[in-house]
Amino acid sequence: MSKTVLKVDNVSKLYRLGEVGTGTISHDLNRWWAKIRGKEDPFAKIGQTNDRTKKSESDYVWALQDINFEVKEGDVLGIIGRNGAGKSTLLKLISRITSPSKGAIKAKGRIAALLEVGTGMNSELTARENIYLNGAILGMRKFEIDKKFDEIVDFSGCALFIDTPLKRYSSGMRVRLGFAVAAFLEPEILIVDEVLAVGDAEFQKKAIGKMQDVSKSDGRTVLFVSHNMAAVKSLCKTGMVLQNGSLLYTGTTEDSVNFYLQNIYGMTNKSLSEREDRKGNKKILMKEILLKNSSGIIVPEFNSGEKCSINFIFERYQAIDLNQFTMVVQFKNDQEELVCTIATDEMGTKFDKIGSSGTIIIDIPRLHFRAGNYTLTYMISEKQSFNTPHIVMDFLSEAVSLQINKGDYWNTGMLNRPKGFIQEAFIQIENE
Amino acid sequence: MEEKWDLVIEQKRHLLDLKLRQIWLYRDLLFLFVKRDITVVYKQTVLGPLWFFVQPIMTTLIYVFVFGNVANISTDGVPKPLFYMSGIVLWNYFSECFSRNSDTFASNAGVFGKVYFPRLITPLSIIFSNAVKFLLQFGLFLGVYAYFLIKGSDIRPQIELIALPFLIVLMALMGLGFGLIFSSMTTKYKDLKFLIQFGVQLLMYATPIIYPMSTLSTKYQTILWWNPITHIIEAFKFGFLGQGSFSLIGLAYSTIFSIFLMVFGTIIFNKTEQTFMDTV
Repeated sequence: MSKTVLKVDNVSKLYRLGEVGTGTISHDLNRWWAKIRGKEDPFAKIGQTNDRTKKSESDYVWALQDINFEVKEGDVLGIIGRNGAGKSTLLKLISRITSPSKGAIKAKGRIAALLEVGTGMNSELTARENIYLNGAILGMRKFEIDKKFDEIVDFSGCALFIDTPLKRYSSGMRVRLGFAVAAFLEPEILIVDEVLAVGDAEFQKKAIGKMQDVSKSDGRTVLFVSHNMAAVKSLCKTGMVLQNGSLLYTGTTEDSVNFYLQNIYGMTNKSLSEREDRKGNKKILMKEILLKNSSGIIVPEFNSGEKCSINFIFERYQAIDLNQFTMVVQFKNDQEELVCTIATDEMGTKFDKIGSSGTIIIDIPRLHFRAGNYTLTYMISEKQSFNTPHIVMDFLSEAVSLQINKGDYWNTGMLNRPKGFIQEAFIQIENE
Repeated sequence: MEEKWDLVIEQKRHLLDLKLRQIWLYRDLLFLFVKRDITVVYKQTVLGPLWFFVQPIMTTLIYVFVFGNVANISTDGVPKPLFYMSGIVLWNYFSECFSRNSDTFASNAGVFGKVYFPRLITPLSIIFSNAVKFLLQFGLFLGVYAYFLIKGSDIRPQIELIALPFLIVLMALMGLGFGLIFSSMTTKYKDLKFLIQFGVQLLMYATPIIYPMSTLSTKYQTILWWNPITHIIEAFKFGFLGQGSFSLIGLAYSTIFSIFLMVFGTIIFNKTEQTFMDTV
């Protein structure tokens, strides 16, 4: 059995919410007084779990709570979770950017963190000078950089501009240069935060390949945080799911990714009336959302190109100004990226009457989504004009999920590829 | 069996756990920071490093005009340009170190938030890059000094001049110590930044830079005695110009003061560096 190189022991992190700077002296004095008497931080108690959907009652929040895990040598651990789950906070603690509020992190060997590409690069300096500067910031010694300098320049593909000040570089070239330096780091533990999200596809492939090399051939340990499930799956051996600052699941990458997807989409299986994370003044509430196919049957799955009708069953409790009634429906993909918005104010839709109960039906004649998991978010509001803020009546994120399977959008007998959109298009050729 | 760990990250750290070994490991970074600070200043300028001379020359000229000719403050028979420049060059080293160090966390938040290296590297790099700048300006001073010496002005270099390196180190420690203490406070209370700008200026007038100690009444001389920088400036002027005083007790006081500042500043800095990212 290989040895443990990183041990996270009961780690918690407390953050102060809102504006830092006002009233902090009194809090500081309070805390200092408690410390003198040997008591616990008085503000740590009122902290609560990190759930961004609920409005906090106290000024402090636990970004991480009682995290325990170990990483073995040569392991590649993928850390997944929704935005705000505490992934980046965890990386910040391990990479010593800030200290934990409780608990300890123990490690063997050098840790290098790649939370950003090209940290500390100076745009007045040349690429050559910046390679040295950036390398040193990341913890390399000068002779190490000397030894790898040619490889770094080669990997970045910036050989021609090596003595040009960085300010003349395009942002893409800066990223390349930054990653090239980082790729030749030789720490025992490498921490990578979604830096791969930047740069073009070719570069991402190169970067992922390099990271695979690092772990496979050199047996070094990698901690990888990403929203990109495909990258996590292809790169990592084990996975870990964080939610609201707690460690929810550890296991193989495959299981973790599945757990994560189920967790996000599992939540949407809860019936709508049980959901407590909705916002708004509740003048009107959606009781249920039904997805029906072309035959009017309720189904959880659709094919690309299929007809879909979304039925919102509502109950109205107070009078609503029909002229101001607005409904926005949004679809997000499994990386929480917004892919589509349907909004009544844009479309100029007006209703003559909204009864005390009924169904709002959105008919989509043909689904343009390619295969994948999507969630539906809706907002019912009253708004005066396009520029004024909405008065939200009912808002629910990820209200329901729907799975789209590969369909035959073009009726050619060929199934559509997954991910993204199918664009209506006509293709022709003009020969001379 | 107790496992052996190379690194333990915890909330509490020993007060004087300075991680000197780590700073030593990062010495190349220190060197590169110093190099960066110096080269960036004159990138894309025509005069290049000559700009380091412009500031003391201009200040000296202004002081000669305002304090020397308009206000007619005595310089104890020392040629005016030499008198003012001797004070300015050494004072500038202190004030630059102080004001730039006090802003360490705020101005480096971008880098500190993304990568770890011993944070003390940054203040140290400021001390060293300003030392280079100081040496250049000191060279300028030596040139002016030689000119007046040859011209036969009433200046007498003293044997106490051998203490010069020690005086410079004291000045550096003073700037570092004050800077470290304030850097920790400016991260949380940004108001202090404005106070520091103002404070450094006031402190200059409370130090015998633009006037000799001899022009003051005994009462004010006693008050100024407690300003630890007074003794350094006085000793510097005494060594070169033969004017002022070289007080061993005063220098001992300055030394103790600066060591105390350094220890206190490092402790505070060490404590702040752990969590300042949450409050910056």
